[in-house]
Amino acid sequence: MQRITKLKVRLFNLSILLFVMMLGISCAPQRSAPSQQSQDRISPETEASDALWTAAEIATLRSIWIGSLPPLPPDPSNFVGDDPRAASLGQKLYFDTRFSANGEVSCATCHQPDLLFTDGLPRAEAIGTTPRGAPTIVGSAYSPWFFWDGRRDSQWAQALTPLESPIEHGGTRTQYVHVIDEDETYRAEYETIFGPLPDLSDRTRFPEVAGPVEDLEARAAWDAMALEDREAVTRAYVNMGKAIAAYERLVMPGPSRFDRYVQALLEGDEETMQTTLTPDEVAGLRLFIQQGNCIRCHNGPLFTNNGFHNIGVPTTEGLPLDLGRISGVQQVISSEFNCLGSYSDAGPDDCAELRFVKTLGQELPGAFKVPTLRNVAETAPYMHSGQFATLREVLNHYNQAQAGPIGHSELTPLNLSDAELAQLEAFLRSLSGHLATDPEVLAPPQ
Amino acid sequence: MKSFRKSLVLGSLLIFSMILSACGSATSLNEEPATEQKMEEMEGAKEGTGESMEGMEGMATTDDVPAELDTATTRMTEQGTYQVSITSNLDPVDINQIHSWTLYVETPEGQPVENAKIAVDGGMPQHDHGFPTSPQVTKELGDGEYLVEGVKFNMAGWWEMSFAITANGQSDSITFNIVLQ
Ligand code: HEC
Ligand code: HEC
Ligand SMILES: [Cu+2]
Repeated sequence: MQRITKLKVRLFNLSILLFVMMLGISCAPQRSAPSQQSQDRISPETEASDALWTAAEIATLRSIWIGSLPPLPPDPSNFVGDDPRAASLGQKLYFDTRFSANGEVSCATCHQPDLLFTDGLPRAEAIGTTPRGAPTIVGSAYSPWFFWDGRRDSQWAQALTPLESPIEHGGTRTQYVHVIDEDETYRAEYETIFGPLPDLSDRTRFPEVAGPVEDLEARAAWDAMALEDREAVTRAYVNMGKAIAAYERLVMPGPSRFDRYVQALLEGDEETMQTTLTPDEVAGLRLFIQQGNCIRCHNGPLFTNNGFHNIGVPTTEGLPLDLGRISGVQQVISSEFNCLGSYSDAGPDDCAELRFVKTLGQELPGAFKVPTLRNVAETAPYMHSGQFATLREVLNHYNQAQAGPIGHSELTPLNLSDAELAQLEAFLRSLSGHLATDPEVLAPPQ
Repeated sequence: MKSFRKSLVLGSLLIFSMILSACGSATSLNEEPATEQKMEEMEGAKEGTGESMEGMEGMATTDDVPAELDTATTRMTEQGTYQVSITSNLDPVDINQIHSWTLYVETPEGQPVENAKIAVDGGMPQHDHGFPTSPQVTKELGDGEYLVEGVKFNMAGWWEMSFAITANGQSDSITFNIVLQ
């Protein structure tokens, strides 16, 4: 996580305030939406769904069904993304606490397999406390953007960020590459996948601790290194990230009761439909795709469009205003590890998301990445800094749609009744299906 | 302290440009792509059948799309300067996938329009937001055809895709309606 000085934040907030005021003055009023009666129920595909769903609704349900999840496309920026040897090495790195400043922090500290790759905390804790909460990594391989503000554009580039953050793993890339070099298993596995490591034995050329980090001593040591030595270390460090990413690509959500319901619907199996979801859950599902508008952003089989939206979530007391995407987009553009950079294996044609990224617009300030809702009942607390402890608090937020601390919220009040909110919550709870991942992948390798 | 000052300058720049563009102009900071794009296969772009876009994905939305919406994919620009056709290179058009379109521009007499400068903009009029990406015309393909890259729709419903076209000193614009159901 990037640490920003207080003054900087205050000044930035001032300019944002100015910006929001200008917006209010200069923007034309919202166009009013022409309305029209909802289309009549047309005859559905199957008798079983007759009373319940229109053909268009069935198409929507199919689109969020786990059966519609396509095979994971390759990550062109990571040439070992689908190499099982890399995934196996990555799994070891993922759970290894030696890759930290104090020997106690691994990725699994904050993304615990037992907690569906979250940590159950509003804000993550390791060397320090992060200003944001740890999202799940389940299914995240499908996303073009990582972090709540999308400041990285690949899983490998993402993994390299906490490793050098002073409040997360807290170490440096030279330190980590020494660990690989000095562990026989690691070195052997690394070298079969990526080729020989550089000779790191000369500690004046390759200090124990050195990297482009906040710590002044580590940074000075890094700056003193020869350019080609820094390059060599960074390459090996990037390869660590690519191995971790290959591991993360294996972590996928499992089918939930909701999915069994949709499958039964598609098969015309009314009996299974009735025994799979309760009437309240079905009513909640209907609210989700209709009145609740949830499907606008939580769409597709992972219940996320992997985009960025401002929904006006309040700032946690004591934390600076979080700018969200408007800041994240500048960071990904300038990251040495982005899709177009020299450590990426992608050609420019593979980097459309970055080349055509939206950098400006009222949609970006205060926008955060839409999280998946699969297993959401198991991954409290919620929102980018754990602002809400329960699903009910989340739903109350959507129901009221209060203005947020910055920018323009895309929500409008839903005015649902208590009973309807309970139905929506019941539906969200039907999305638990744990993982579709080999149990061996969920623990440190023996 | 150096990096602090740098970020302040950057911040103010950012804010300034945000103000400039906040109301959804087509401005973009994206650089022109460094390399030539692979030419995409295109069929039927020139024929301009006026085929409807409706029902491309068959998904239901809560937003009622106006019944009279013109979803033709071949239309005259507002002042009648050009006839324009659009074809998606992703078939069927789907949400959450970045993809390209081919734009064909001709005069009302059917002459392909070359060397046009074309700006792209769009969004969802009922949701008050733009495209989630910054689509751009990246390449003139010849014979009046242009490649529009970086298009992405991130939800179902009614989308507008607009083009401001300037060629031979004549400017005109056109807004297509695309309904992803
Ligand atoms: C101190 C706790 C902590 C550690 C250690 C940690 N993370 Fe995270 N992780 C977070 C937090 C907090 C976020 C969100 C930060 C943000 O958005 O600014 C995050 C975000 C992510 C994301 C983005 C998910 C998405 O959908 O955008 C991935 C993937 C991830 N971490 C993987 C890893 C890996 C791999 C490691 C080990 C190299 C790791 N994390 C180490 C706390 C941690
Ligand atoms: C305009 C887009 C949008 C709509 C519409 C929307 N969401 Fe969200 N949702 C988001 C975003 C963005 C976040 C994360 C926001 C943040 O952290 O600040 C989120 C977060 C959530 C979370 C918390 C998940 C987590 O792991 O933290 C839940 C639960 C949720 N939404 C459910 C719903 C439901 C139910 C509806 C319909 C009533 C809905 N959403 C409508 C964009 C949307
Ligand atoms: Cu929309």
